[in-house]
Amino acid sequence: MRRLKDILSGIYVGFIAILLYAPILVLIVLSFNDSRSRVTWGGFTFKWYATLFSNGQILDALLTTVVLALGSSAIAVLIGVPGALGIHAMSKKKYNFFMGLTNIPMLNADIVTGIALMLWFVHFIPLGFGSVLLAHITFNIPYVILSVMPRIQQMNVSVYEATRDLGAGPVYSFFKVLLPEMMPGIISGFFMAFTMSMDDFVITYFTKGAGVNTLSTMIYGQIRKGIKPEMYALSTLIFIAVSIILIVVNNISDKRKTVTSDNGIERI
Amino acid sequence: MNESEGRSSSRRTWLSGPYILWIAVFTILPLIVIFKYSLTDNAGSFTLDNISAVFSPINMKAIWFSFKIAFGCTFFCILLSYPMVLAMKHLGLGKKSFSLFIIILPMWMNFILRILAWQMILSNNGLLNLLLTSLGFEPVRIANTSAAIMIGVVYDYLPYMLLPIYMAIMEINEDLIEAAKDLGASGFTVFRKVILPLSVPGLLSGTVMVFVPSMTSFVVSDILGGGKLQLIGNIIEQDFTAGNNWHMGSGLSVALMIFILISMPFTAKHEDQGHESVIW
Amino acid sequence: MKKITRITGAVLAAATAVSLCVPATGCAKQEIIGELTVINYGEYLDPEMLDLFTAETGIKVNYEEAVTAEEMYTKYSSGAISYDLVCSTDYMMQKLINDGELQQIPWDQFEYRDNIGDKYFDFCTAFDPDNQYCLPYFWGTLGILYDTTKVNGPIDSWDVLFNGEYAGEIIMQNSMRDTFMVALKYLGYSINTDDPDELREAQQLLIAQKPDVQAYLVDEARDEVVAGNAAMAVVYSGEAYLGHEYNNNLEYVVPSEGSNVWIDCWGITKNCEHPEYAAAFLDFLCREDVAMANFEYIYYSTPNEAVIASLDEEDRSNEALVPSDSATENCEVCVQASDETTALLNELWMELRSE
Repeated sequence: MRRLKDILSGIYVGFIAILLYAPILVLIVLSFNDSRSRVTWGGFTFKWYATLFSNGQILDALLTTVVLALGSSAIAVLIGVPGALGIHAMSKKKYNFFMGLTNIPMLNADIVTGIALMLWFVHFIPLGFGSVLLAHITFNIPYVILSVMPRIQQMNVSVYEATRDLGAGPVYSFFKVLLPEMMPGIISGFFMAFTMSMDDFVITYFTKGAGVNTLSTMIYGQIRKGIKPEMYALSTLIFIAVSIILIVVNNISDKRKTVTSDNGIERI
Repeated sequence: MNESEGRSSSRRTWLSGPYILWIAVFTILPLIVIFKYSLTDNAGSFTLDNISAVFSPINMKAIWFSFKIAFGCTFFCILLSYPMVLAMKHLGLGKKSFSLFIIILPMWMNFILRILAWQMILSNNGLLNLLLTSLGFEPVRIANTSAAIMIGVVYDYLPYMLLPIYMAIMEINEDLIEAAKDLGASGFTVFRKVILPLSVPGLLSGTVMVFVPSMTSFVVSDILGGGKLQLIGNIIEQDFTAGNNWHMGSGLSVALMIFILISMPFTAKHEDQGHESVIW
Repeated sequence: MKKITRITGAVLAAATAVSLCVPATGCAKQEIIGELTVINYGEYLDPEMLDLFTAETGIKVNYEEAVTAEEMYTKYSSGAISYDLVCSTDYMMQKLINDGELQQIPWDQFEYRDNIGDKYFDFCTAFDPDNQYCLPYFWGTLGILYDTTKVNGPIDSWDVLFNGEYAGEIIMQNSMRDTFMVALKYLGYSINTDDPDELREAQQLLIAQKPDVQAYLVDEARDEVVAGNAAMAVVYSGEAYLGHEYNNNLEYVVPSEGSNVWIDCWGITKNCEHPEYAAAFLDFLCREDVAMANFEYIYYSTPNEAVIASLDEEDRSNEALVPSDSATENCEVCVQASDETTALLNELWMELRSE
């Protein structure tokens, strides 16, 4: 009985994994296709990997995407973390009000957020990299706040107040007491913001200016005429790179976990 | 929540100044602008036509179809995710970082490319039919139908349902389950009385993260629907791109926003539980 | 939580590495003296030519793409971005001219204008009577691309799209004017008709046809026929050439009822502050090597006679690449519809799409 359950569980996990990875496998196969058209197989080739690195447009879009994701999540953390601390200190009524506002970009459809920002931007600032950055920061802050807030709520503020009573300055106390407590929330917020920014298409599409392309908007523009094979090569490289990073990191953290639990110290 | 702290040290509230300013400038004001557009016509005079346009047969049809897609997508995501997480827990994968990694990794690949790959899998002469015919089955015609759109949105948003359910179920204390079993509860009773109630916050979180985007997406229906089927997102997008009718598009956006806010009354309740949308 | 910390750290490091490495690969040595903001259809210009232009002249090009002429017009008219140069299709160029959005092209600053055949400037007189505003870029016809292994005998009429014989095997254009054009021509009307009854009749025909249509696509229609997902598609002639390259069984035909001959042109907007830069860019596009590079990138019919002259005999006699005069005999140029007709067309189109 137990054995049957094991087998069924294994089959089901395998099924979902195939579902999640089948399209990625298709993309990887396409990156080795020696034909410009994705629907015909022209033999095996590595050439798209070579041409990828001489394709200035794709590299530019990659750079824009990464800088945008890094920049918008970093700024979102810088604004969002103090924001969460401040809102947490407010009265219940104000707290609920501002947390409600924080939820707006998350509950609103991407298309509405993107269009509202575009309508607003066209009156004041030229559309370009800057407008996309502002838009990404706007939809990233809520992820930071919603990740940090539970940590703040669990935080033992008496330690902070004790250090203050003992004469430590607010800045010192912040960095020594509050920040380490909030760190896991900040990091998961940053990670989410980064992922959301990398993956966003709709909001970028509506707020971008001429000549600014992220990978998403570039790919969307290529749907009609056929995706450039270099895109498949780039995706394959990203897939391999992220896989390696995640596997290495997992191994390290799994090992460390064993060590720390041997010492009887459970860290978060 | 620690009620005693913070509330007293209200001097800390100034820290949220930059954020409140940011909300005002980049969340509230854009919404005011979109409201203004929705309530005016091309000449700038007041009208309710753009909002009431939501009741036109074309738009009602698209909204109804969007609703069906969103409802079906949420349903199938739960249907696929819940057994997946239980199976992972059963196999003891829950404690391994590897399992989290399996779920997150696809999200790092561009979603438009992944949807295009689905189009190649599902097309009439595509990989799925190649597989079916080589196994001796009849080929299926899914390409450019609502079934294809459904597969696309379920695929796209499945991780957003898997992650919160995973987080909720893996957090359940193993002792609790053992205790229930020791007291004679059957496997099903343990599930009904322990696992299910404790996973509700994860389910709600996942529902919010799946329902809204699947209702309003326009890229998936664009690629997998073959231009024959329109979600409300496609109509709004058309108003802003090909149709050159920003006022109408704004009106539909506002109507859509109101609809979503009304249809999500439970979100406010579940925020109080402090779980919110923390999925990682 | 801790593993997330490490994942984030590692991803962050990798991302920073990417952002530091990439700029080293692409750098312009030429000093930038000015900028041009250009809007064009997607994949409708070899991007290497943009770099070449900047390297030669020091003028940076901000390049923006749109999918349809209507989308381009919206982007242009929203004023969110101020464009200097527009490349669009005949009827949209006419709309821009009539709206006073274009300025005269300073032909006297051109060195290579004569590379463009007079025939194509004559085409343009349908919407630009004195050839003041438009520079022909690419042109072609609209017709049916079909798979000879999936149809019974050669195709010569739009009838195959409407008679139900190929239900589920048909791909139509996801573009208002192109789709209505097919129905209007089949019914024997002008593609530029203003008669609401004729337009409604065309819409009824298209609604009746919809269950037989597998999809409404734009340029991706070609790939679907190449892959064998559909037997036939309504496409632009240029797509047909590439389709044949990938799959020898494909044929392209301009039906005998006639069709649409289209021409895409460049124009300089009234807001362009440096028409001399814009003229330099357009002249650059007319130069033989540049026109050749673009031709080989896009494979649509070029109006550049220097390029046509250098093609080999086989390509020159290819109907999809260089349409003959007889093929375009029955074809009409699409002109801008009146505001009422445009509004009616939009409404009929939306109804058709939501059916």
